[in-house]
Amino acid sequence: MAKLRQIAIYGKGGIGKSTTTQNTVAALAENGKKVMVVGCDPKADSTRLLLNGVVQKTVLDTLRDEGEDVELDDILKPGFRGTRCVESGGPEPGVGCAGRGIITSINMLETLGAYTDDLNYVFYDVLGDVVCGGFAMPIREGKAQEIYIVASGEMMALYAANNIAKGIKKFADSGTVRLGGIICNSRKVDNELELLKAFASELGSQLIHFVPRDNMVQKAEINKKTVIDFNPTEPQAEEYRTLARNIDANQMFVIPKPMTQDRLEELMMAYGILD
Amino acid sequence: MALDEKDLDAMLNAYPAKVKKNRKKHILVHDSSQARQEIEANTRTIPGIITNRGCAYAGCKGVVLGPLKDMVHIVHGPIGCAYYAWGTRRNKAKAEDSKQNYLNYCFSTDMQESDIVFGGEKKLAKMIDDVVATFHPNAITISATCPVGLIGDDIGAVAKAAEQRHGIQVLGFNCEGYKGVSQSAGHHIANNGLMDKVIGSGELTEAPEKFAINLLGEYNIGGDGWEIERILQEIGYHVIAVMTGDGSYAALKNAHVAELNLVQCHRSINYIAEMLETKYGTPWLKVNFIGIQGTIDSLRNMAIYFDDPALTQKTEAVIAREVARIEPIMEQYKRLCEGKTAFCFVGGSRGHHYQGLFAELGVKTVLAGYEFAHRDDYEGRDVIPEIKPDADSKNIPNLTVTPDEKLFKLKISPERAAKLKQTIPLSNYQGLMAEMTDGSIVVDDLNHFETEALIKALKPDIFASGIKDKYVVQKMGIPAKQLHSYDYSGPYAGFNGAVNFAADVSMAFTTPTWNYTTPPWKNQPLLAGTIESN
Repeated sequence: MAKLRQIAIYGKGGIGKSTTTQNTVAALAENGKKVMVVGCDPKADSTRLLLNGVVQKTVLDTLRDEGEDVELDDILKPGFRGTRCVESGGPEPGVGCAGRGIITSINMLETLGAYTDDLNYVFYDVLGDVVCGGFAMPIREGKAQEIYIVASGEMMALYAANNIAKGIKKFADSGTVRLGGIICNSRKVDNELELLKAFASELGSQLIHFVPRDNMVQKAEINKKTVIDFNPTEPQAEEYRTLARNIDANQMFVIPKPMTQDRLEELMMAYGILD
Repeated sequence: MALDEKDLDAMLNAYPAKVKKNRKKHILVHDSSQARQEIEANTRTIPGIITNRGCAYAGCKGVVLGPLKDMVHIVHGPIGCAYYAWGTRRNKAKAEDSKQNYLNYCFSTDMQESDIVFGGEKKLAKMIDDVVATFHPNAITISATCPVGLIGDDIGAVAKAAEQRHGIQVLGFNCEGYKGVSQSAGHHIANNGLMDKVIGSGELTEAPEKFAINLLGEYNIGGDGWEIERILQEIGYHVIAVMTGDGSYAALKNAHVAELNLVQCHRSINYIAEMLETKYGTPWLKVNFIGIQGTIDSLRNMAIYFDDPALTQKTEAVIAREVARIEPIMEQYKRLCEGKTAFCFVGGSRGHHYQGLFAELGVKTVLAGYEFAHRDDYEGRDVIPEIKPDADSKNIPNLTVTPDEKLFKLKISPERAAKLKQTIPLSNYQGLMAEMTDGSIVVDDLNHFETEALIKALKPDIFASGIKDKYVVQKMGIPAKQLHSYDYSGPYAGFNGAVNFAADVSMAFTTPTWNYTTPPWKNQPLLAGTIESN
């Protein structure tokens, strides 16, 4: 049996982490892989496309309602092609501690035996930024060893990606977590592919795939499906399959070398501006 | 054995250079020939050092709010903070109304993991409802613990909504443990809250009787406050409010009508004393009811302030009678104590106050210090303008008060106040160092390492501190007397208290227990050394 690979997906808020994750997971599942997706965002929208819009009761809501008597079936719902879907959930905005909530739910999953031996992959889809210790939980010792950062050619997306790399470096220096690559979710900005390749190599990593922008993604989402589920013959479905294959075959795991603000701006000037 | 600066320096060599540099500023050998001696205080304890200090929550709920008997004090947080602050300070209370004494209870929201994740406001609101329905207290306080501040529960909003639901005052205190450098931050937070919301809200506009006073910074540990009140009442004083030992919300509301405020513990209550003077025109007098002479001086200073022949006469009569009554007993104990030495490290006022009582027994204080005091408690209030606010002190909200339009009343003329200040400590405190003998050691925020080192060097006959360091020192063969909680004894204040203290200390000196313990310096070399080889 292959070793379980635990992967955390980070990136700026609104960059398309959840969409990219679910489409990639769908491609892996289509290929026969056993995958669990853990949504680590209080908004609990990380598994909607895999579950075809079925509203998943979150771990924390279940914990609150059922107390200690939580069964794995209460919080783990089967989605597209047998993917196992979990939403951590969290408090309403402005109340309590969402970070602590993530820690609680991941501990809960472990206690309940969600990490079964037949799993090939666990994906953690984590909220926009690592704002506190709770959001770093998925990359602590013994959890995700691989991280992919979703970015685009926009300044703020790269700025966020570089900050996330700083966080990863901190954990990588003291543990086993590594950066697996940058996923470009294209915003169709000028020279985007070159910029992202340069950005990834500056970090000491790689651009693992360039996902072009396609309205088909939006169309599938409205139908509460991944592209692979909605229309498997679309070219965009093939893009996600490529991304999934690249991740599956990936051998390049590094401790990132985050850039200074000045260096990041130089890079933008060099690639981002076309005359 | 006396120590000099060189000995202290050698002791501090055990520290890394940066730590030594820091700690050096907190220790000095008292020398009155110097124009002034500066000590660093109220700064952060270095991480890794085993300090005796407590946290802001301990200072707010544990010290200042906790003794108010007719209020329910809710601790919002996981259970440990409430449990370990439950009854440990031995502040006693008798209720005028037997149903309005909640001192023996422990109220906590007992936050669980899900309350941290989803917020604890609803649970807190529910608890207030339950408390009101079950106990009908005169008022309620809520003290915040660390996690409450981290997750951002708005206890002020919960308190306000509860006040509207129940029609009683509910006061929220943001005294999260991590605020400030010690419990001192919590005293300030509690002082501000009581001053802002409670004091002055009573119906009285003037004192109901002559010689009306408040007793501030007296927490009735082991019944100290009761002994002081016994003396004051016999002389003819009318005690309006005690802050806060055996104190009540009901009395506190009318504290503004007193003619004089007495300040026992300067550190924990000087904020209210100052604000009472500004807002209501009532000056404060530094008193010390620990020790016979301390008590006599305090009573005479009060008589000078009120300047009433009958009161002065009664003061002298009570002093003469009490002294005549207790002197023969004290004399007996003195024979057992004479020539001994004491090590006195307590809180923010007792490190000073107990030196007089020790001296009356013939015991010399060779080292004194405070856990959480500020520079003015060591050097006197004259240094206050020099103390620069730092990031930690700025973290505590400052309450600015102005003269109250209706209730401000100058109790004495500015001319008379100025004249009195020349003879009595009116609105002034000279600090601990002023009364110490030359060659004695002053330490701020003493820690475990320094306690052991200084005990070995000074070999005092009694160690006066608290529960945290008591047993370490007893195992070194030296009797230890807790001056925070008085162990299981008290009162130690006033005339009767002096006798109790003398008895307890004499017992400690004469118990054969210490003959059975061999301190390490009796059978181990004091110096360890190696031969240097090239």
